[in-house]
Amino acid sequence: MSRDIGDLWVYLAATPLTGLTITLGAYVFGQWIFRRSGHRPILNPVLLAVVILVGVLSVTGVDYPTYFQGAQFVHFLLGPATVALAVPLYRQFDKVRRSALSLSVALVAGSLTAAGTAMLLGGWMGASREVLLSLAPKSVTTPIAMGIAELTGGLPSLTAVLVILTGILGAVAGTGVLRLVGIVDPKATGFAMGLASHGIGTARALELGEIQGAFAGLAMGLNGLLTAVLLPLILAWLGV
Amino acid sequence: MSLPFLTLLLSLQLVGEILHLAFGLSVPGPVIGMALLFAGLMIRGGAPPALEKTAFGLLENLSLLFVPAGVGVMLYLPLLAAEWRSVLIALVGSTIAAIAVTGWVMVKLNRPDSNEQPPELPEQSP
Repeated sequence: MSRDIGDLWVYLAATPLTGLTITLGAYVFGQWIFRRSGHRPILNPVLLAVVILVGVLSVTGVDYPTYFQGAQFVHFLLGPATVALAVPLYRQFDKVRRSALSLSVALVAGSLTAAGTAMLLGGWMGASREVLLSLAPKSVTTPIAMGIAELTGGLPSLTAVLVILTGILGAVAGTGVLRLVGIVDPKATGFAMGLASHGIGTARALELGEIQGAFAGLAMGLNGLLTAVLLPLILAWLGV
Repeated sequence: MSLPFLTLLLSLQLVGEILHLAFGLSVPGPVIGMALLFAGLMIRGGAPPALEKTAFGLLENLSLLFVPAGVGVMLYLPLLAAEWRSVLIALVGSTIAAIAVTGWVMVKLNRPDSNEQPPELPEQSP
């Protein structure tokens, strides 16, 4: 062994292979815990993986850009996977068409609830104006939400974090909340989770079934569109 | 995973990104790509089995794909620290409210149709 531990560490911390491997490793471990626990929602694999990885990076002092050089290979697949959501949507389109009316009303109600309650609760708790405007689009998929925040005077980077946290929250709490209000219908389950927590909610909905996944993907797209159009108008009208 | 169909998915995303940039659309490229693929499937009247296999291959582990972005939260912890209480209450409260309201409205307005199957048990996607 000519190489000492220090050199080895410098190599490992910098190679993209490490970032990629620990991402997969943390997620596989998270999945294992989730299954072993009997699918307890709080032990959501995404949540576990994020907590583990933030812990590992903080302890080892590896910064996020270095980690991301490896993790980007996983991150990159989000694009084609989003395009692929058209397939379950197409396969379930008969059901979508038959629910067109309830779906449209639920879209408007849910979209207004998501933005409205976030701003009301935040305002009631004394959040600053910037934080409130960053909170408003948090149920919308990241790129759209950041665009909205930029337009309305929020902080796009803060919005990006709030979006991710909302997604994880929805994936963790979604099935429990729906059970509490007595909803078992797979279409409503998927639509609610996709609307409130975009792609991460959609991913969770797909794990429940294809109908849930199709309606969640649709809700994610529609809520993104509606919020992008409505929210700036409403905020301007309210004079916020 | 079929290479031609993976290429198709990437091409549609690329077309989506180009449309997004060229017309300054608020909708992100991949979502435009999803709409394009959906339109294509409607016109064609069916999804080839190899496309379904490729699509579900990617979607099977969709949750994993959000992990790198999720870890990015660590960059903004100081930003959140100042107002974490109000942010926490707002996020938890509004996420629960949005899920409950959306699901409730949809179920209430759903036309009960006779050929609908009873609610199914949770299942894995294919």
